[in-house]
Amino acid sequence: MALITIQNLSLGYDSHAFVENLNLSVNEGDYLCIVGENGSGKTTLMKTLLRLQQPVSGQILMGDGLKKNEIGYLPQQTIVQKDFPASVKEIVLSGCQGRCGLRPYYNKAEKQLAATNMDRLGILPLKDHCYRELSGGQQQRVLLARALCATQKVLLLDEPVAGLDPKVTSEMYELIAMLNQEGITIIMISHDIAAAVRYASHILHIGTEIFYGTREEYLESDAGKLFRSEMEGMR
Amino acid sequence: MFDKLGLYFQYPFVRYAVIVGVLIALCSSLLGVTLVLKRFSFIGDGLSHVAFGAMAIASVLNLTNDMLLVLPLTVISAVLLLRTGQNAKIKGDAAIAMISVAALAFGYLIMNIFSTSSNLSGDVCSTLFGSTSILTLTQKEVWLCTVLSIAVVLIFILFYNRIFAVTFDENFSKAVGTNANGYNLLIAIIIAVIIVLAMNLVGSLLISALVIFPALSAMRIFRNFRSVTICSAIISVICAFSGIIISILAGTPVGSTIVAVDVAAFAVCHVAGTVCVKQ
Repeated sequence: MALITIQNLSLGYDSHAFVENLNLSVNEGDYLCIVGENGSGKTTLMKTLLRLQQPVSGQILMGDGLKKNEIGYLPQQTIVQKDFPASVKEIVLSGCQGRCGLRPYYNKAEKQLAATNMDRLGILPLKDHCYRELSGGQQQRVLLARALCATQKVLLLDEPVAGLDPKVTSEMYELIAMLNQEGITIIMISHDIAAAVRYASHILHIGTEIFYGTREEYLESDAGKLFRSEMEGMR
Repeated sequence: MFDKLGLYFQYPFVRYAVIVGVLIALCSSLLGVTLVLKRFSFIGDGLSHVAFGAMAIASVLNLTNDMLLVLPLTVISAVLLLRTGQNAKIKGDAAIAMISVAALAFGYLIMNIFSTSSNLSGDVCSTLFGSTSILTLTQKEVWLCTVLSIAVVLIFILFYNRIFAVTFDENFSKAVGTNANGYNLLIAIIIAVIIVLAMNLVGSLLISALVIFPALSAMRIFRNFRSVTICSAIISVICAFSGIIISILAGTPVGSTIVAVDVAAFAVCHVAGTVCVKQ
């Protein structure tokens, strides 16, 4: 069974659907990129996947022993976080909150997990630094390490490169590709179709027409052809 | 000077005032950090105006124990303000401004129409700026305040990690299965209780100072959440204690003296923070 199966899903607010009959399945090790214009429903889909919001109709099934709260989430930064007096360690450790159950404090294993994930993303030397004093790319790494603490399997990334400069953006993409190669399933929202085509194994295009398929199929589709002609025009 | 203090401390009401003052300062500073970061700095002010409005109704209805009306009304307002958290339709500052101004206006209106006392502006002034009520506390009130304060501190220590997580990122917390709405509700109720308690100490208008100054002072110096929280609690307790002592020695109003000390502490921390960063 697939890791996540979406069946006849309709998305929207207050029973008014603006994306209808979405069907797709995400398998272990996939790299799914969700692209589409602003307001097409990308973020709504992501919130529905995280169960922050109810779907208008249809359902999302989790398979392969994936629990509801085992999805690592990298949200977009909020204004509150920009000047938050918290150390890197504290933030990464808060990714373990779903593991605690009723226990009020983090145990040794969770602290070790946080340290491992900081090391994995190369931010261990920054662990006592203040979050608000880090660069944009470093902040994203911190939030990514936190997301990794919450999951072994699936990462959901909401525009992970928003506001980053080109160099840091490509570093971020390489980092995500690395995690994908280590066996973590990636679901990413992006405006950046070029990067989606470059890194993703599957692409979901939401808009007036919904497309879902592998990267190769996407490049052959109408939406993909439009993108290809644009790219060729730029050359 | 110490003779004078020793003389004053022989009176139980002075001791009560110091105990209650320090406890309220401690509680309000603990939650102050969360509130300032959630952009709810003004909630103390807003809720205290609600409490003022409720007190006006209570005095018109001639209730013997106005807490029975004030506390529930304030808790409900706090819940309404904080419940929706960062996904609210009317954002924090606007919602607080609405509730605060409306409650203040209605409270004053009701007091004016159904006036029972000859010194109306005096009554309003003492409710808003704190009166001598901290010096007229009964033993029962001191116990109530002590028990509630201990409860607040215990809840805060027990849920410290969750409060941090929910404050930093509500949506992430929800996504990993933390009951963020539940914690928002918990925070709202605690805030309301503290504010109703604090009204006795510094009055409606100055509660905000107790909530925000220690937190902001601590944030000038420290850069991680735990140190900020601990430092804010220490600053707040020291300021409240010395404020009360100064007000006794100098004969100044208790509430405004405490706030003045808080402002001074903020100035010191600001300078200290700036110097530390430069080095």
